[in-house]
Amino acid sequence: MSDLFYSDIAFLKRGLKQKDFSSVELMKSLINRTNLVESKVKAFIDRDDEDALRQAAESDNRRSKNMTLGPLDGIPVGIKDILAVKGQPLRCASKMLDSYISPYDAKCIEQLKNAGAIIWGRLNMDEFAMGSSTEHSAYGTTSNPWKLDCIPGGSSGGSAAAVASGEVIVSLGTDTGGSIRQPAAFCGVVGMKPTYGLVSRYGLVAFASSLDQIGPFARNVKDAAILLESIVGYDPKDSTSLKVPTENYLSILEESVKCQKKYTLGVPVEFFSKGLDIEIKEKVYKAIEWYQSQGYIIKEISLPHSDLCVPVYYIIATAEASSNLARFDGVRYTHRSKDIESIDDLFFRSRGEGFGEEVKRRIILGTYVLSSGYYDAYYLRAQKIRSLIRKDFDKAFQEVDAIITPTTPTPAFIEGEKSQDPLSMYLNDIYTISVNLAGLPALSLPVGLTQNKLPVGMQIIGKVFGESDILTIAHDFEINHDYKDLRPNL
Amino acid sequence: MSKAKIDIKYVAKLARVQLSELEEKKLSVQMNDILGYFEKLNSIDVKDIQPMAHAQKVQNVWREGDIAGSVLPKELLEEMAPESRDGQVVVPKVVE
Amino acid sequence: MSNKYEAVIGLEIHVQLKTKTKMFSSAPYEYGAEANSLTDPVVLALPGTLPVLNYEAIELCAKLGLMLGCEIADICKWDRKNYFYPDSPKNYQLTQNEEPLCIGGSVEIEMPGPSRNIEGKHRFVSLNRIHLEEDPGKLSHTAFDSLIDFNRAGVPLAEIVTEPNLYSSDEAVAFLNSLKNLILYSGVSNCDMEKGQMRCDANISLRAKRTSELGTRSEIKNLNSISNVKAAIEYEIKRQTQILNSNHLVAQETRRWDANKMQSFSLRSKEEAHDYRYFPDPDLMPVVIDRARIKELKKALPESPLDRQRRYQKDLDLPYTITSVLCANVNLSNFFEKALAQYDSPKAIANYIVNDLLRELASNSKTGDSSLSIEATKMKAGFISELVEVVELGIISKQIAKEVFSEMFQSGKNPKLIIEEKGLSQSNDDTMIKALCLEAIANNPKAITQYKDGNLKAINALKGPIMKATKGKANPLVLDTMLQDLIESLD
Repeated sequence: MSDLFYSDIAFLKRGLKQKDFSSVELMKSLINRTNLVESKVKAFIDRDDEDALRQAAESDNRRSKNMTLGPLDGIPVGIKDILAVKGQPLRCASKMLDSYISPYDAKCIEQLKNAGAIIWGRLNMDEFAMGSSTEHSAYGTTSNPWKLDCIPGGSSGGSAAAVASGEVIVSLGTDTGGSIRQPAAFCGVVGMKPTYGLVSRYGLVAFASSLDQIGPFARNVKDAAILLESIVGYDPKDSTSLKVPTENYLSILEESVKCQKKYTLGVPVEFFSKGLDIEIKEKVYKAIEWYQSQGYIIKEISLPHSDLCVPVYYIIATAEASSNLARFDGVRYTHRSKDIESIDDLFFRSRGEGFGEEVKRRIILGTYVLSSGYYDAYYLRAQKIRSLIRKDFDKAFQEVDAIITPTTPTPAFIEGEKSQDPLSMYLNDIYTISVNLAGLPALSLPVGLTQNKLPVGMQIIGKVFGESDILTIAHDFEINHDYKDLRPNL
Repeated sequence: MSKAKIDIKYVAKLARVQLSELEEKKLSVQMNDILGYFEKLNSIDVKDIQPMAHAQKVQNVWREGDIAGSVLPKELLEEMAPESRDGQVVVPKVVE
Repeated sequence: MSNKYEAVIGLEIHVQLKTKTKMFSSAPYEYGAEANSLTDPVVLALPGTLPVLNYEAIELCAKLGLMLGCEIADICKWDRKNYFYPDSPKNYQLTQNEEPLCIGGSVEIEMPGPSRNIEGKHRFVSLNRIHLEEDPGKLSHTAFDSLIDFNRAGVPLAEIVTEPNLYSSDEAVAFLNSLKNLILYSGVSNCDMEKGQMRCDANISLRAKRTSELGTRSEIKNLNSISNVKAAIEYEIKRQTQILNSNHLVAQETRRWDANKMQSFSLRSKEEAHDYRYFPDPDLMPVVIDRARIKELKKALPESPLDRQRRYQKDLDLPYTITSVLCANVNLSNFFEKALAQYDSPKAIANYIVNDLLRELASNSKTGDSSLSIEATKMKAGFISELVEVVELGIISKQIAKEVFSEMFQSGKNPKLIIEEKGLSQSNDDTMIKALCLEAIANNPKAITQYKDGNLKAINALKGPIMKATKGKANPLVLDTMLQDLIESLD
């Protein structure tokens, strides 16, 4: 039972069903594993093992009465510290919310609880999901399990690192500009950002409302599909949530193995130009060649406005964030500065003390681009170019079923390397942010290791609601390669 | 797009974020770097292009019936609030 | 004000719409509830919460817009107005900056006439727009700190913005009275200014007479009664006149009215004005207005108070003195409509309502005005119809009717029951009345002589004692004829 922690959901489900082990034993195995490696990985901000064991016992109890709830019953799921869980801290890795306890469950948490999953831990992240390295956490930096002096990526660095190091089976993260896919790529796991509107954002602390989505981290495509399936669906509490029939992704994957559809894949020239690490370029090209060898049709495409994605993204995301984070003001539930003399003093000092450097930087930038006299030049212009970016994808998807790109321009970098140069940090998102701007689904799939033993991720971008397509395409690659079984040496 | 330098003090005031002198200096430099990079956007003629405010085109999302849902017990707000009295949240005296 | 300047005034009126729940959450709202007992995670802007539009707010605002002659937009959208204030949980207000629900419109006002009994001049005041936005919470202040109650936060407000189209404090008052009445007729708000259900800001500037360019304006906030609006405008006109007369420039600024000191104070200058950083709210989707629904709403729209008043004067031949009272109060005029539907005698019914009913309401209300609502009493419209009917049929006299009226107001019994229980129906027993008449004639030789000499009114002196003897139950018409016949038969 020693390596239950690295098992996949199908194995665990079978084992639980056959009473090979209990959910409590599974949970204990994860706790032991975490106790062993957490001092190196530092994926958690907070964890309540007692509570997790209690949930596991409840699951075992249900199972003994043949009242098992769903496919995730008894399976522990790690949670990014940005999703509200009733009665648990919700800090968003910020001092601002240091003592805040959420009085309600996020929709996705409610769904997971209804499916019987064990909700465990508050996984580390960049403060308020602003960052690409998890260095911007008020609770310390998470390490990349593959190379401890490297960052795990961000902002969902804790969620990625915990899955990669066997601390959790699967986890939830959020993705505003690549915050699931980039850490998934850096940590060698599968990470998926669904179509905007597929998963309810209710209970996700907003960074950039028109870009944020919740998605799964897993060590293989099937596990990601199972977790995704349990959190999708229309939610009347989120006005941007979409009414679409839910799909059974797992059975679609199982069907696809019997009769593999040969998709047409687009390769955008703009994503393979300057700045791309040579080893990553090779690995992704190799994967594309493999697809071609399997009968997939490969087409070169163009997404001509790709070059503008970074500025458009940083204008829209920071503008929305500057407004979304205004509620953290020291009045009702956040940190309040001591010895304040006036209401403005309360606002200025509470926010000055509560927010970290990167958050302040983005609030200032977002406030500026919306301020009087600059709105048209920045925000309005960015929204217009956002239309063009979406149109680029619409046009491409008339010819192809999915688009293949690298997830990141480089592998994981050394901690501290970019933290003093925000612009170069922002450029790390260059391949992922256009997907959020266009509202599309995309996942990052491990496609091997660099010579330095750092994982490489390949991004597969789908059409609106093309989740089953990209899962199928990723799954086909995954089952024909061994990359999903690569484990970091911890 | 303006090449005017960003007035960090003014923007920080709008955003109600206290910055140290050092932070202000550092931010000024970084902001001007970032804004310089944003000038890329001027390469495009955006006349007649519709702005995109939402990722998906959805309309008419609302709650029907005007039916009351549950309320949050006021004790919870008292627990959360940094300072409260008589069930109300206390702040320094607001003059306006 | 000297004759040199003309005041130009624009008003912004916030009206709380009468929804049961808030505009973007299902938390209920009720005035006067225990502090912070009507919130939920959305209202308090707890992390992770999202707004969902309450459709009823759109419906009520559209109804209001139609009532005020606005065009209803094909599409309306939500913007964030960003500013920090402790009563605003999100530190931004959801509002409609770019695409409001209602565009244009106007309000017909009546200026005071030369006297209360004479109708004043009418004119239309143009509106710019009506948009929806959320109310903030409520701050109250102690000597040392401020307390926040978030119950009110998120209540839908319709903000009615006029054009700079008013030229005196009297016009502003006439406008607000008309507007309030129109809203009450439309039923979308209770407009109780004491409860904050209607609030007003005023923009005031002066310009040289016979010029068209607007002067520099100041905006006066915190006007929570119509008399405050009047006083604040008059104060501001005086203040700006003094500035201009001393050859200084009026500063563009926001001022706060202090109703205790009867003065306004500068809050902030133009330079310090808020930079609201409006942008489209990404959490809320645009609302495309259903034209068929607008047609339905338009069809079902209630009559406006001034249209109703005109109809009463023209079709029912009621005098201005009556209609101006009747139509100034939606409950009163609806009550009149109900009574009229049951017995078609508009003048008599209107008289009972405007005189007797209002008197009873006033003497029974704690404050001594007619603020006591009819609904709160036992009075029913049908009572008045019935009362008028029995008087017109000669069953009781007008004098007895007054007694019956008081009784039915107090007891809630219908007039016929009261008449029966108290034996109040008029006596038409000829023999008894004839005897009383003869007695009266015998006792008043002087009056008989005067009557015979052509002073027909002299006969009234005979009626008093007869009425007294019958306790008012003698039918005055019968009495008249009988007395005349008897006097003539004396010859």
